[in-house]
Amino acid sequence: MNDYQYDNQTVKGFIVSSIFWGVIGILVGLWISVQMWAPSWNIPPYFTFGRLRVLHTNSLAFGLGVGAIFGITYYIVMRLTRRSLLFPKLARFHLYLFNIAIALAAVSLLAGMNQSLEYAELEWPLDIGVVILWVIFAINVLGTIIKRKEEQMYVSLWYIIATVVAVAVLYIVNNLSVPAGLFKSYSVFSGVNSANVQWWYGHNAVGFVFTTPILAMFYYFLPKSTGLPIYSHRLSIVAFWSLVFAYLWTGAHHLVYTPLPDWLQTLGIVFTMFLIAPSWGSVINGYYTVGADWSKMRTNYLTKFFIFGITFYGLQTIQGPTQALRVVSSLIHYTDWVPGHVHMGTMGWVTMTVAASIYYIIPRIYKTEIYSVRIANIHFYLVLIGQLIYSITMWITGIQQGAMWKAINPDGTLKYTFIETLVRNYPYWQLRTLGGVIFTIGMLFFIYNIFMTIRKGKALAVSRA
Amino acid sequence: MAGGIYRKPIMFTIVATVVILIGTAFTMFIPMFTEGMHPKLENLKPYTPLELAGRDIYQREGCHYCHTQTVRPLKAEVMRYGEYSKAGEFAYERPFLWGSKRTGPDLARIGGKYPDAWHYRHFENPRRFFPQSNMPSYGWLKNRKLDPESIKKHMDVLGFPYTEEEIAALSDKTELDALVAYIQSIGRAVARKPVIKTVMKETVREKYLINPFAGDPEAIAKGMELYEENCAMCHGEKGEGDIGPSLIDNVFLYVEGDLPDDDYFEIINNGTFEGMVEEGRTAKGGMPPFGEELQKDEIWYIISYIRSLQGKK
Repeated sequence: MNDYQYDNQTVKGFIVSSIFWGVIGILVGLWISVQMWAPSWNIPPYFTFGRLRVLHTNSLAFGLGVGAIFGITYYIVMRLTRRSLLFPKLARFHLYLFNIAIALAAVSLLAGMNQSLEYAELEWPLDIGVVILWVIFAINVLGTIIKRKEEQMYVSLWYIIATVVAVAVLYIVNNLSVPAGLFKSYSVFSGVNSANVQWWYGHNAVGFVFTTPILAMFYYFLPKSTGLPIYSHRLSIVAFWSLVFAYLWTGAHHLVYTPLPDWLQTLGIVFTMFLIAPSWGSVINGYYTVGADWSKMRTNYLTKFFIFGITFYGLQTIQGPTQALRVVSSLIHYTDWVPGHVHMGTMGWVTMTVAASIYYIIPRIYKTEIYSVRIANIHFYLVLIGQLIYSITMWITGIQQGAMWKAINPDGTLKYTFIETLVRNYPYWQLRTLGGVIFTIGMLFFIYNIFMTIRKGKALAVSRA
Repeated sequence: MAGGIYRKPIMFTIVATVVILIGTAFTMFIPMFTEGMHPKLENLKPYTPLELAGRDIYQREGCHYCHTQTVRPLKAEVMRYGEYSKAGEFAYERPFLWGSKRTGPDLARIGGKYPDAWHYRHFENPRRFFPQSNMPSYGWLKNRKLDPESIKKHMDVLGFPYTEEEIAALSDKTELDALVAYIQSIGRAVARKPVIKTVMKETVREKYLINPFAGDPEAIAKGMELYEENCAMCHGEKGEGDIGPSLIDNVFLYVEGDLPDDDYFEIINNGTFEGMVEEGRTAKGGMPPFGEELQKDEIWYIISYIRSLQGKK
């Protein structure tokens, strides 16, 4: 049927690798969640909260997130261009280099090599490795798209191109530093300016790692798995351009009430408000797509992953702009509300969409069916419950803490000491660990299901031969 | 034209890049060349080699994941931590360490708030001061020596001035010494402002203020509870002194002889800082202010209790 070969091995390699790093990241996440209420779980020097938290965020953002993005993007690009990758051997090298880089990154973070820039903590030698990885990815993706055999570029390819370009610019600029030895460097940016550069990066790392490539998956796999076409092409176009335009203006909402010049804060807040529109463009497009036949929510097990995923994306993109408002920021900034917000995006939107994409891809690579729809459903409900417990407990305790920090006695003194405001978090932090455990069990069901599907596929391949 | 771009990947990539760079230019690139992004307070000093070594350790241990270093210009925040952060305080920060989460308190005004001894003891076991604290212990840092050569290199990269003696002195120092030195250097370019209590304004005409609860057994009982919570960790269980001076030995602010009640009030309210003068006696500093957290009457209760301790001597 096809006169070309898809490079399924590299896709599968990235998917399996990303799941591996994901497991490590999730387990470290559970560990640090316990450290928050039980300090004896800190084991110096390598396993204190300060070193493990960065391992948690990096192994999930770069290991699970970027690993899945590499693999699934290759999968999508090959199908949408109707050809194999332009450089399949380079893609294979990309896979090996990716795993080596993530392993070294994990070791370096445990050793305390940390640039102190959130989501850009890796020291300069590893930064060079990350840039090389990204350049390989860009060459293969852009090259394959240029040499495509399908004239029209589908929406997913737009988001992939934007991701490739934006991440390159963001990562290189924010990591510019002067080495002071092999394992230490000092940023070229200082003070207020370094804060501004960092959060321009930090917010857009969310925009172009946790949003645009995931939207590429959403726009591809939702129609594929439901058989329903995307509701509005025009809405896709409007949402895409306004999203990639507006995102880059918003970083300063992370710096509300800091010494950053006020006009920059205000500009960031205004564009953050605007960002609701393009975000909800995709949400509405998703709803109306499935709206053509809501029975898909029951009959097709993947539909609910995508619909709940895009729902959390929708909630996330309402909550985020709300948080940027000065009056809301003054209450919840620096509290546990913020991890609650972040984890709705990562555990709800990103992980659900990525898992559903993997459920779609693996059986097709192995020419079989999913091992168990029932296990997939159990996985769905467990991660849903786990994530809701996580986010809701953190929102409650975040508001509580913010309010306690502000509380004033009638005579003008502060009502609570800091330690009093900290202690009130403990029950919520313990509940969060419970939510994390439920989420982790859900992910184990997912991994078991994928593993069994691969085994089934391999057995089938043997019997066919 | 419509739709054409979706068939031309190179053109599409160029247009997408330009669209992405517009916001980048206006909010990140252009501001970089404005003065507002590079202010510097006149009395801001670069780090000494020991302080820089401490800052490196602060980064290495990820302290910034739980402690912020920026006080927002909000009423309760200025009361809790001190003067709000100024843009000109951060000129030597590469990068900034403002953080994004306050699992522990903000540290922008921690420098000079407590004496060194307090920090050594707190790093070794935070639960000794705050039984319910969740901060990891960092006593293990005192078993690790500094590497003067690498710190010298770091100073060179940053272009901070130093002397060879300062570098040589590092060889007897531990990582904990460096971390404490760094903590004590934070936020020192901005002067501490006194806590102004309503009571002080009301009674500004009186020379000596008398404790309204002097000798009241109920006040003494309440004062004991507050003392144990807030004071005992430094002044000892019965006021015998430890990190802080004895309260029962009749030496106050390094001079023989008691102080009147209103000076006690003033010191508990505002803490002590270097160069502060009470009744002609000069303080060396090191006691944090309690006035934003303790109510007026609560300060008097504590004074009643201290007076009762002195009576028992």
